[in-house]
Amino acid sequence: MKKQAELRMENLSFKYEGAEGFAVKNVDLTIEKGSFTTVLGHNGSGKSTLAKLINGLFLPTQGKVFVDGMDTQDEQHTWDVRARAGVVFQNPDNQIVATVVKDDVAFGLENIGVPHEQMEARIEEALGAVDMLDFIDRAPHMLSGGQKQRVAIAGIMAMKPAALILDEVTSMLDPKGRKEVFDTVRRLNKQRGITVVWITHFMEEAALSDRVLVMHRGEIRMDGTPREVFANGDALRSLRLDVPPMALLAQELVRRGIDIREDILSLDEMEREVVAKWRLNCKM
Amino acid sequence: MLRDITLGQYYPVDSPIHRLDPRTKIVLTIVYIVAVFFGKGLLGYLPTLLFLLLIIKLSGVPFTMMLKSLRPLRILLIFTFVLNLFFISSGEVLFRWRFIQITKDGLSHALRFSLRLIFLVLGTSLMTLTTPPVALTDGLESLCSPLKKIGFPAHEMAMMMTIALRFIPTLIEEADKIMKAQSARGADFSSGSVTSRARAMIPLLVPLFISAFRRAGDLAFAMEARCYRGGEGRTRLHILKFRKGDAVAFVITGLLIPVTIFAGRLL
Repeated sequence: MKKQAELRMENLSFKYEGAEGFAVKNVDLTIEKGSFTTVLGHNGSGKSTLAKLINGLFLPTQGKVFVDGMDTQDEQHTWDVRARAGVVFQNPDNQIVATVVKDDVAFGLENIGVPHEQMEARIEEALGAVDMLDFIDRAPHMLSGGQKQRVAIAGIMAMKPAALILDEVTSMLDPKGRKEVFDTVRRLNKQRGITVVWITHFMEEAALSDRVLVMHRGEIRMDGTPREVFANGDALRSLRLDVPPMALLAQELVRRGIDIREDILSLDEMEREVVAKWRLNCKM
Repeated sequence: MLRDITLGQYYPVDSPIHRLDPRTKIVLTIVYIVAVFFGKGLLGYLPTLLFLLLIIKLSGVPFTMMLKSLRPLRILLIFTFVLNLFFISSGEVLFRWRFIQITKDGLSHALRFSLRLIFLVLGTSLMTLTTPPVALTDGLESLCSPLKKIGFPAHEMAMMMTIALRFIPTLIEEADKIMKAQSARGADFSSGSVTSRARAMIPLLVPLFISAFRRAGDLAFAMEARCYRGGEGRTRLHILKFRKGDAVAFVITGLLIPVTIFAGRLL
C-alpha cells in the first residue's frame, strides 16, 4: 500500500533577502500522512526556515512546497494551506494573542470564519485534546511554560489541521514542561493521525519519532529511522550534533569488543539488553 | 514589586451591573460624566451621589475597592482643594490669619471641584471594575464600527488594545528580570538624584525595547500562521447583545442629567 503524502517539497531552496547563501538548499522531501518526523540540526541549520516555508509564511526562492497537493505559492490557497498545516513556535509568550485562554483558542477560529454557534464546542474539544480544559477561563500569563505551549497547540488544533509543524516548541521549557508538551503531541499523532513535523535539538525527543532528518547548512544530510541515524555516531558528530547517551555508550562498548546491539537508544533498552546478555552468560 | 500590577482592575463577581452590555456601560459612563459637569451648587451633586451609591451597591464591588481607585489621585485632590480654598478671595470672609484668608466662595469652590473629581474617578473606575478588558475592547470596536465607513480602523484599534493588554504582564516580568540582572552587576535604580535615576533607566529601557520589537515580529508570524488577515470576514466568539437590563440602565442614567440640572436650579 502506497502511503499518502501530506507535505511535499520539490527541489526547495530559500534565500533571505540580502543574504549571501541559501538558508534552505535543494530539499526534496515527502512527509507521509500520519507520520511523526523529527528535524534535527544545530543553530542556523535552516530548520526553522523550513517550518515557515511549509505553511507559506515564506515563499520558496526556488522549487515548490505542496501541502495536501496545494502549492503554497498559489495565492488562492494561502489560507487553506495555513489552516491545514499549523505552525507552533518556540516562545510561548510571543504567540498567545488574547488575555484569556478561551479567547486565544478562538482567535484562529474567528480568523477562518467559523460560525459563532460552533465555536464553543471546537474550543472545548481542542483544549480537551491537549488536556487544558480546566484552564479555559485563566489568563495565559498565569500559566507555566508547558501549559502556555499546550494552549498554543490547542489554538492550532481548534482549526482542525491535518499537519502540525512544531518549531523548537520545547527549547524554552523546563524538563517537566518539555515532557508534557512532547507527550501531548505524540498522543495527537497516534490517536488522531495528525502528521507531525517536530523540529528540535533534543536527541531524546528525536529517538521517539518515526523518522529523523538531520539538517546542516540548509541541506538534509541524513534521513532515516532513529536507529539508522543514531547508529552513525561519527557522521552526527561531524554535523555538530550529539548522539543520545545510551546510543553513545552502546557504540563505545562495541568499539571495545563487547558483544552488544549497536542501535540502542534509551535506558530501558540498554537495561533489557544488558540483563539478557548477563543471563546468557550465566547459562554458559 | 512590579508583579503586583493586575491586568486592568476587573473585579469578577456576578451582578446586574456586570451583566450589562459593555457598550451600554461605555455610553452611560459618558452620560454620567456629562451629568457630573452639569452639577451646580452642593445640592446639584446630590442626585449624582445617590446614583453613584446605588450602582456601587448593585455592582457588588466592595466600597474599600472603590476607595483604592482614588489613591493615585490623592495628591491632585489635595492640590485642588487647597488651591481653591486659599486663592479665591471673593465673597464673605470666614477665617483670617495674617495673609491667609478663607472665604465662603473659596470653600464652596474647593468642595465642589474636589467632589467633581471624586465622582468622575469613582464612576469611570466602576466601569473598568465591572467589565473585563476583553469585553471593553469588543464594546469599543462595536461602537466605533460605524466610523469604518469614513476609514476609521475600528477593528485594528481593538486588536491593538487587546494585544497591549496581553503583553503588559509579559513586559513587566521582563523589565523585572532585566532590572535584577543589572542590579546584580552593580546598577543602582533607587538612589541618587532624579537625573541620575533617570539615567540609570536607560540600560533598562534599551534591552526592553529591543525585546519588545522581537516579540512583535514573532507575534506577527504567529498571527499570520493562524490565518489572521485583518477584520474582514472574521466571525466572533463573543456576540454582544442588548438585554432588558440595558434598557433599564439607559432610562435611569438618562434621567440623571435633567434631575441634576433641576436640583442645581433649586438652590
